[in-house]
Amino acid sequence: MALTFSGVVSSMTKEISLEHVWVEFGEFTAVHKANLNIAGGEFFSFLGPSGCGKTTLLRCISGFQEPTRGKVRIGGEDMKGVGPNKRPTALIFQNLALFPLRSVADNIAFPLEVRGVDKKTRRKRADELLELIALPGQGDKKVSELSGGQKQRVAIARALAVEPDILLLDEPLSALDLKLRQHMRTELRAIQKQVGLTFIYITHDQGEALTMSDRIAVMNKGKIEQIGDGRSIYDHPTTSFVASFVGENNVLDGTVLSNDGKVMQIDAGMGTPFTVESHPAGGPALAPGDACHLFIRPEALRVSRDDSSVNQFETNFVTEEFEGNMRHIMMNTNGKDLKLSLINDGTNAIDANSPVKLDFAPELGIALKPGELASA
Amino acid sequence: MKMKSPTTMIPGLYLTLFFAYLFGPLIIMVITAFNSSTFPRVSPWECFTTDWFGKLASDDKLLAGLGNSLLIGVGVVCVAIPIGLAAAITLSQVGPKLRAALYTIFIAPILVPGVVIGLSTLIFWDRIGTLFNAPYESFFYDGTFLTIFGQVTFIAAYSMLVFLSRIQRFDTTLTEAALDMGATPTQAFVKVLLPFMAPAIGSATVLAFLASLENYNTTVFTIVSSSTFTTVLSSKVRYGLDPSISAVAVIIIAITLIGAIIYECRNRYNTKGWAHVIADRPVLKIATHPGTVAAILGVLTLAAVVFIQNHDSSACTAQVLEEKRALQQQLMEQQSLNTPEKTVPAPTMPNLGPLGGDEGGTSAPSPFGNNIFSPENLGTSAPAEN
Repeated sequence: MALTFSGVVSSMTKEISLEHVWVEFGEFTAVHKANLNIAGGEFFSFLGPSGCGKTTLLRCISGFQEPTRGKVRIGGEDMKGVGPNKRPTALIFQNLALFPLRSVADNIAFPLEVRGVDKKTRRKRADELLELIALPGQGDKKVSELSGGQKQRVAIARALAVEPDILLLDEPLSALDLKLRQHMRTELRAIQKQVGLTFIYITHDQGEALTMSDRIAVMNKGKIEQIGDGRSIYDHPTTSFVASFVGENNVLDGTVLSNDGKVMQIDAGMGTPFTVESHPAGGPALAPGDACHLFIRPEALRVSRDDSSVNQFETNFVTEEFEGNMRHIMMNTNGKDLKLSLINDGTNAIDANSPVKLDFAPELGIALKPGELASA
Repeated sequence: MKMKSPTTMIPGLYLTLFFAYLFGPLIIMVITAFNSSTFPRVSPWECFTTDWFGKLASDDKLLAGLGNSLLIGVGVVCVAIPIGLAAAITLSQVGPKLRAALYTIFIAPILVPGVVIGLSTLIFWDRIGTLFNAPYESFFYDGTFLTIFGQVTFIAAYSMLVFLSRIQRFDTTLTEAALDMGATPTQAFVKVLLPFMAPAIGSATVLAFLASLENYNTTVFTIVSSSTFTTVLSSKVRYGLDPSISAVAVIIIAITLIGAIIYECRNRYNTKGWAHVIADRPVLKIATHPGTVAAILGVLTLAAVVFIQNHDSSACTAQVLEEKRALQQQLMEQQSLNTPEKTVPAPTMPNLGPLGGDEGGTSAPSPFGNNIFSPENLGTSAPAEN
């Protein structure tokens, strides 16, 4: 790894491939046959609930964990037996793991120090990186004197100090408050664009994954459920887990009445059968008579303007959560709870005392094979 | 003023008693160091003297013992600290089951009586020495070597406890972070873990050194023919005590006090509140700097040493000696006045005959009856009683 100081970072980005990676701890399978390729320069996220194996997978890439079976390749090279200190990866820990006894500049220059770079060069490089993370002249501060967001940026600068090919981030924003988290999302994405590195990002926060990533892998119980960009994961989930984990979803148990490859008729116990588009990418095809989960996003539901819309059904008002820009209205039909999210634009008056007619567009209903749902 | 109720006075009373119990013996010992009486005591007060310090300085046996003790202390620190640190690191990295087992093994030497450790060290190295046919001059029989190894067995366990409490607060992701950023395991240890452990290493060093210095029950066996400070002191207690032992105590107390004062000053000087107070008071800033305090205490110590060297109490001691002689004279005169009266036979026992030891007692009847103590009686009276 050559140290170049002309630009801030100028390294070759390398692609990563996981080939049938299994990680087992005794009886427990932490990672279940992970198989994927991450292109150089990509912002790739692993999204899943805690305990789904995403951190274990990250540790496989960084070298702290050897896969029980399978291969991890970085830039085509098998990483078996290569220690974390020999891999072209830099990991940003969940708790950042900044060295509390070192100054900010000494923290940033630590990777150079252990490579025997002289003090003056180290200081110069630290100053460059402080410039990049918009903390110029703060190198002599103690780590404890920085705010949460500043520590975050110092951790990134430290990881970038020796120009790794791949930056691994393990839920680095989880300790920050909401405003700062939103700000850091934009900032992280900007830094990634600027340095052009491969970022592998671990999170349980779908908002983070959707806003920053080029592609997302949704994981559950050690298995990768779906890989795709944010839009395809949100709009066209292929498993019940992904549909219920990413974003909010109303889920109805239903039975397929007919499926002609383009549209399906589904009886979801809401009176009239629903018409739903069937997507070729939407997992295994459903045949008439199959049980299914029908997912309808709260924002896909709308208050019917007239009585002739497709997929129309009657509901009763239960309660409303007011969030400022959005109104989240809980409805109930035949004992089934439904959530409806409306933009607070003054329209859509809802009468709490009489039944309300709702409908949704056929392309916004998602019918999937029944499977495990994400617990709220 | 309102009268305090008895219950509110209890904590104060308790504290007073507690401190009296804690410091009373020390204060008395310090006082005895300056009394010219040849036995360490406060009363009767004879003369203020500093001669005991001089006596101490010329006590070659004690000084040689002290030298040995310091050497052993340094040796124990050098061996016990790395062992204790290694044990603590091991315990922090193994699984819970193995940790419980290892912890018991590591801690066992603390629970074993020091006497047993001393004896077994002696016997163990003697066996090893015999195995190699080593001569008695070899280190297998050397008191300093044996004492260092004997003390290390339990002092390493003490220092491990100090390290454990610190290492439990260590964030292991820091080591992982260092490794991830290209550090070798050695670099991660030296640059990340060791600086974090530095305060614990400092306190464990002090603890180990003091534990070694004051140890007696292990040392008394392992020191063999040599001697340490504690063994010399204990033999002094056995074969005649003089206040030079109190002088030792005064010196130890003084060193402890000076160390404690400087340490406390340093702590208080570094607090945020005090930094605020002295921010715009340069004189106060210099005056309260721990360096200044140390310098003042150093000058005071030097003054005390000079005073002790130059103080001459011979006039007073001579006077006390004179008084003692006068008293003795008086007593002797009184005795010589009383003696003639004693030579007159006591009227209360008129039949005892001439003064004791007289063989002619046979003639006078004894208050115990029929000459029971006379040698001739042995053969006759015993059968008569049967």
